Amino acid sequence: MLSPSRCDEGCRECADACPTQAIVAPPLRLDLGACLFCGICEDACPTGAVRFTNDHRLSVRRREELVLSDEEIVLAKGLDARMQRLFGRSLKLRQVSAGGCNGCEAELVALGNVVFDLGRFGIQFVASPRHADGIVVTGPVTRNMESALRATYAAVPAPKLVIAVGACAVSGGPFAGSPAISGVPSDIPVDLYVPGCPPHPLTVLDGLLRLLGRMESR
Amino acid sequence: MAEAEAVLAERGKQSLPSFRNAAGFRVEDVPVVEPGALRRAAVDACLAGDRIVALLGLPDAGGLEVLLVLADDAAVALRVLRTRVAAGSALPSLASELPQAQAFERELHEQHGALIVGHPALEPLRQHPGVAGGSNGAGGSEAHRFFQVKGASVHEVAVGPVHAGIIEPGHFRFQCHGEEVLSLEIRLGYQHRGAEALLLESSPARRLVIAESIAGDTAVGHALAYCTAMESLAGAEAPVAAAAIRGILLELERVANHIGDLGALAGDVAYLPAASYFGRLRGNFLNLLMELSGNRYGRGLLLPGGVRRGLDDSTRAAFLDRIARDEAELEAVADLMFDAASVLARFERTGFVSEATARELGLVGVVARASGVARDVRHDHPAGVFVSAELPVAVAKTGDVMARALVRRLEVRRSLAFVKQQLRALPARALATRALATEVGAAAPGRMVVALVEGWRGEIAHVAVTDARGHLRAYKIVDPSFHNWFGLGVALRNNPISDFPLCNKSFNLSYAGHDL
Repeated sequence: MLSPSRCDEGCRECADACPTQAIVAPPLRLDLGACLFCGICEDACPTGAVRFTNDHRLSVRRREELVLSDEEIVLAKGLDARMQRLFGRSLKLRQVSAGGCNGCEAELVALGNVVFDLGRFGIQFVASPRHADGIVVTGPVTRNMESALRATYAAVPAPKLVIAVGACAVSGGPFAGSPAISGVPSDIPVDLYVPGCPPHPLTVLDGLLRLLGRMESR
Repeated sequence: MAEAEAVLAERGKQSLPSFRNAAGFRVEDVPVVEPGALRRAAVDACLAGDRIVALLGLPDAGGLEVLLVLADDAAVALRVLRTRVAAGSALPSLASELPQAQAFERELHEQHGALIVGHPALEPLRQHPGVAGGSNGAGGSEAHRFFQVKGASVHEVAVGPVHAGIIEPGHFRFQCHGEEVLSLEIRLGYQHRGAEALLLESSPARRLVIAESIAGDTAVGHALAYCTAMESLAGAEAPVAAAAIRGILLELERVANHIGDLGALAGDVAYLPAASYFGRLRGNFLNLLMELSGNRYGRGLLLPGGVRRGLDDSTRAAFLDRIARDEAELEAVADLMFDAASVLARFERTGFVSEATARELGLVGVVARASGVARDVRHDHPAGVFVSAELPVAVAKTGDVMARALVRRLEVRRSLAFVKQQLRALPARALATRALATEVGAAAPGRMVVALVEGWRGEIAHVAVTDARGHLRAYKIVDPSFHNWFGLGVALRNNPISDFPLCNKSFNLSYAGHDL
């Protein structure tokens, strides 16, 4: 939650403290896609202009929707009617870890356990891209994984979806700027961005259900 | 140099100055010897029971300085040696006699172009052919030459990099005769993000998050090694209250991962009750980590100097209750699993690694302890809270999947006992929700530190060296998986290939931790 009106004139305590330059000031602006949710900015802020809440709803459809000032986040709207008809009640996903540290991967595994039980929504992870409706990418996409990511994406029959999970997949995260990473290639269109480091399983779940049009906008 | 070598030759490793975990020292106190003498000293020391902790290169004008860190666990000592090669000169390989050096030398060759003579298999470690932007910036041009077996009924199976489940990428190349694995060669590098190079050019705030992201399931272990290294270089020490909280966090990380592993092992042998229960129970411990640090993986709590916050008394009381409840359930589920004949039939005698092999390969952590090698940094080179608290080292003898599962079970029990003990005995100062940290000043010039932490997989080593201005000159990260991946290849020999997933899960190594 950002309240730029509370900022002291010229203050940039949060920006100076941020490990990934996700937050800048003045004027106050936060890129949730680069944010690691570490809370250092909140600790550094003298006026309470930056606050983190327990709200797990963070997923969006377009990358620019993760850059916020004081506006409310535009949570992901559902896919078009045709895609919802195809995937709304049965969505098979192939996971591709492309440099992920295993944090996001572990939370995706947790989604399948008896607590979060992704399967009850008709969503499951499958063993082959040939069985999948889309891919879930984690990691900043290392150069060594670029061709494997492309090959996996190409092997998914159309129509297909791409979901970017975690700060690394969205923006490079802690590794942004490293010559060893290349990011999700620009010719692979992303349908859903799920920020976090790692995103809580509920954040991923909320994003997936919104994408399928199964959550009313609230 | 000649004097150091003469003394070394005469009196052996005892003549080498010894250093301690997490205690910084002057680089100039590290003896310099000729490459041949370094090799002889390393071979002698390792044949007498020492092991290689790290081998790193520091480029300088016209050549490469090479630092070797050995651990003498029995003597609670680290021995460090230096040698130097001019550009274009060669180093005689340690790996030809000490297999535990093989990956370190491949890394030295790849990162610094060091010429290593006599290495049995100087294959690329993290570089892939035709892909630029790797460890040393240049594109790797050599393709990995896989070991191949030829003959009737021999076939080759290739798996990865993308794997069937939700798991990091790596490539596994099997040579099989029918169902039996004759050879498994593992080729990694897919997860290489350039962490070491990035860390050297990053701000302190960014360095900490890079450390936490080396292996996301070991955020606490690597953060602790990083923070300890930075504190040592500056001559600072985290307060006792912070050390206790760090210890609690580290052990909760261990417990959460071991529970996850036990569940995954159960899943792989189709014992779904344990897979389901452990899946839920793991989450309970991740939630404890979240309440302490704000993150289910413990990120964001440690910083150089201490911890960002303590915990209040009601949280402490709640934690003790929850741990007691979960402990009882963990024991019950583990009993179910270890009593099931179908589980034992799959776990026992599968993926055997002998004690001799474990020592020869320099294996660390759970895998080593499951093969009878009782090495554990908390016991052998204690630092922080482990100087005053003792956890019995969990050892099993059979070296199979069963032993690796059993060691995890024992460690969960012992770590929870430790966590409860620490929670009960927390100093009053820790029961505060503000930061518990000492000021960490500038790093001293010309210093070096070896920071060892017993991460949940095994020994984590961060080796930091400062230059004449006190800036970081080198930062070497050794994840326990760096030692252990080769062990997995050996473990599969003469096993049916269908047991590969189970063996892999019994090791559960980090791809990202290896690739950096």
